[in-house]
Amino acid sequence: MNVNPASAQPVPVEPGPGQSAQNPAAAFAAGQVVAFRNVSIAFDGPPVLEDVSFSIAPGETRILLGPAGVGKSVLLKLTNGLLRPDQGSILLFGEEISTMPEEKLFPLRTRTGMVFQEGALFDSLTVRDNVAYQLIQERVDDDEIDLRVRKALRFVELEETFDYYPASLSGGMKRRVAIARALIRQPELLLYDSPTGGLDPVTSTTIIELVMKQRDVYRTPSLLVTHRLQDAFTLCSHRFDPQQGRMVPLPQGETDPNTTFLMLAESRLIFDGSLQELVHSENKFVREFLE
Amino acid sequence: MHGPSPRERRSPFSGKHMAIDTIDRTAKQLVLTIQDYSLFAARAFMNLFTEPRYWPEYLVQADIIGFGSLSIVVLSGLSTGGVLALQSAATLSAFGATAVTGQFVSLTMIRELGPVLTGVMVSGRNASSMASELGSMVVTEQIDAMRALGVDPMRKLVTPRIFASISMLFFLTIVADACGIAGGGLVTVFMNHQNGTQYLDMAWEHLRYPDIIQGLVKPLFFGYILSSIGCFYGMRTSGGTEGVGRSTIQAVVWASVIIIFVDFLLTQLLLSLFT
Repeated sequence: MNVNPASAQPVPVEPGPGQSAQNPAAAFAAGQVVAFRNVSIAFDGPPVLEDVSFSIAPGETRILLGPAGVGKSVLLKLTNGLLRPDQGSILLFGEEISTMPEEKLFPLRTRTGMVFQEGALFDSLTVRDNVAYQLIQERVDDDEIDLRVRKALRFVELEETFDYYPASLSGGMKRRVAIARALIRQPELLLYDSPTGGLDPVTSTTIIELVMKQRDVYRTPSLLVTHRLQDAFTLCSHRFDPQQGRMVPLPQGETDPNTTFLMLAESRLIFDGSLQELVHSENKFVREFLE
Repeated sequence: MHGPSPRERRSPFSGKHMAIDTIDRTAKQLVLTIQDYSLFAARAFMNLFTEPRYWPEYLVQADIIGFGSLSIVVLSGLSTGGVLALQSAATLSAFGATAVTGQFVSLTMIRELGPVLTGVMVSGRNASSMASELGSMVVTEQIDAMRALGVDPMRKLVTPRIFASISMLFFLTIVADACGIAGGGLVTVFMNHQNGTQYLDMAWEHLRYPDIIQGLVKPLFFGYILSSIGCFYGMRTSGGTEGVGRSTIQAVVWASVIIIFVDFLLTQLLLSLFT
């Protein structure tokens, strides 16, 4: 089994085999796309996240696991500054965003792409205008917008929905359009918030294939939130084959070296490591979740 | 979380303490809401003076608020003017002064009822639609999506609505004033069987610039109030579709109440300035 080269460096909350104890300083080494250091946040009650530290390296896909309501989406929204932590520090593309004014965050956010749980498409706009939202704000030429929107929709295999309104799309189609919207400016970081939540298995596989395609074709670093283990394992055990235009399983015993796991439980990050380390973890929450 | 101690439970004053706690919590909540609203409204207004500005959104909102509210403003203006003429004629006839009906209707409409009525009618229609539209966008994460795409929802959604409300309420008030005077005239001529020329002469002759200024300053404030409150409650919606309903109710109630209260303050101020 391949050992993930990136997973040895990021903060091993529950040290896996061969990993040292937690070392937040290491996570701030140059070149990290995202780095959390001792981040805590609460909303009128007990903390939702407490003392969370991890990082995302270039080209790395991190899968954030955890039961429903544990704070996975909150962590995702902290990553691009949609929420601000009560304590701790968050670096995005090397810039401290936890105290950055909102006006300065907007240009930084345009370098990221985010896929929301239910797609969060704008009801009053067509699929074309939804996907081209950022380009329209930047006053890009209409012909170029059409070209780039069609390309993005072709990537998610929904070119025929160009003129449709979101209300006429199914749940799965909305997520795929949301992925196209997140990808259109070739972001430097992708954030997926439960992209397969509430979808049937076939549509879920289509979405996971798209995530994999983006990972293997464009090598965009990403953070994917899910509570579906099978999606996480599929991402780890398959690769996208551009020749065949679909995902294919990796040889027996191999996993994608750039896909690693994080796990949240009881407000804390209880695991940070590779698939191999995850399945051999002795942590009782990890074991319960896997079983 | 700790409940009351056995001693507190037995105390005859425990109910009083609870009541004080509730008052304390409510007062803090109210102060916090006023603080949040003040910051929100100030920021939305200041956005008018800095880039980026979204003029197409302003035009869309001006059409929705201005042209969309025209029918209710015309109807309510006509009816109010008519009612004023009916009521005043009945009272004034006791003193043999029905000739001043025109003056009474025009001054009342222009100085007071035109702006207030238009403000309340437009807030019922548009503060509610702003709160529900923005509230729905909040609960479906569209506002977060907009922020994630690098666009400031305050500039894109709130500021154009505020600017459109201020400018359109100004013109709608003029329409309401004109319709009110026309409605009063129709009632005077066709129901009270008085002279129409006399009505119009009285309406025009006793009108002074301070009256017109009073009537046209008020809608600028009312437009700002109704739109900023509508957007404020919309943007702080929580709790799903039920929360959207709650925000809509709060927006309409507070916008109407504050318009009437601010009208009182403005009238005091403007009267002291012009007399």
